[in-house]
Amino acid sequence: MQTKLTAPAVLDREFLEMRAKVLQLAASFDRLDRAEGAVEGDSRLTQLAQAIQLLQSERPDKAEEVQMIFSRAFSPNWRDELGVDQHV
Amino acid sequence: MYYFDPHIHMVSRTTDDYETLAKMGCVGMSEPAFWAGFDRGSVESFRDYFRQLTDFEMKRAAQYGIQHYTWLCINAKEAENVELSREIIAMIPEFLDLPNVLGIGEIGLNKNTRNESVIFLEHMELAITHQQQILIHTPHLEDKYQGTRMILDMLCGDARLDRSRVLVDHVEEHTVRHVLDAGFWAGMTLYPVSKCTPARAADMIEMYGPDRLLVNSAGDWGPSKPTAVPDFVLEMRRRGHAESLIRKIVYENPLTFFRQSQNFQFTPPDVLAESPVEG
Ligand SMILES: [Zn+2]
Repeated sequence: MQTKLTAPAVLDREFLEMRAKVLQLAASFDRLDRAEGAVEGDSRLTQLAQAIQLLQSERPDKAEEVQMIFSRAFSPNWRDELGVDQHV
Repeated sequence: MYYFDPHIHMVSRTTDDYETLAKMGCVGMSEPAFWAGFDRGSVESFRDYFRQLTDFEMKRAAQYGIQHYTWLCINAKEAENVELSREIIAMIPEFLDLPNVLGIGEIGLNKNTRNESVIFLEHMELAITHQQQILIHTPHLEDKYQGTRMILDMLCGDARLDRSRVLVDHVEEHTVRHVLDAGFWAGMTLYPVSKCTPARAADMIEMYGPDRLLVNSAGDWGPSKPTAVPDFVLEMRRRGHAESLIRKIVYENPLTFFRQSQNFQFTPPDVLAESPVEG
């Protein structure tokens, strides 16, 4: 199924909202810079940087990929690692 | 437009909310058992909660013409207490034949721990031996992907399970495909802040189609919006989608899924209205 709206219609509808979200992010980074103390090396900053970089890509699944940046990995061997048998 | 909210926690809402939902077209709802905001101390506490879900809420909803259904379990957060969980699982069959009980739920994972997984499997066993449908909670934020994959692994590891009778809730962009590809139903939970928005839910419908997908409000005691399903309807309309498509997602899909429960005796309000009034 396709979106019913044309690309110009989507941009018309969402431009101000997207602009506002970028501004909010910019202001959050400024606020971090002005604040006392240091957060360098905090892994959450790395996740944010990766996510922002991904927004510039051409890929069609950016929302899914941003989700994965902020997700813990799944191990197919999780049962052995946790000691869980399938049968109760 | 009539709609059905498949996942809403009315015990934490006021009677005014029932009235508002009825005015917005809500004609039916299903309420899974969940965490009360604090850990309960005994099996009797859960017995009273199940009485509230199977009796009191059904009557409260009926005053506004809303048909109320429910699901029973001990939620993932309290499942960390294995001993209490087992007492509750042993008590649940007392309630399974009551007229508004659809199955076992919302079971799931919260922090993806060993105890949560063990109790998940024991709930699954209960559902399978009693031919019950299952409604599943998936974890939030950074735990969602890992927890959803663990849940799918446990579900797919049991060949006795009928996948078309299982609903996996709170799916987002990175989990919806896994759930649908494995043959389960998937629910998108619309939340004002931390979860999925009506726009992102509409995006997922556009990407994956309307089959086996539901939208719900969760409407719990946290910051949430019980009228989130009508918000989704409006978003779909603003995008130019057909009324028939919207109706399939918010009304026909829930009915198709819930009709697989032996206790689901839903009468559409348009049919109710046409039947003669006695006296
Ligand atoms: Zn819930």
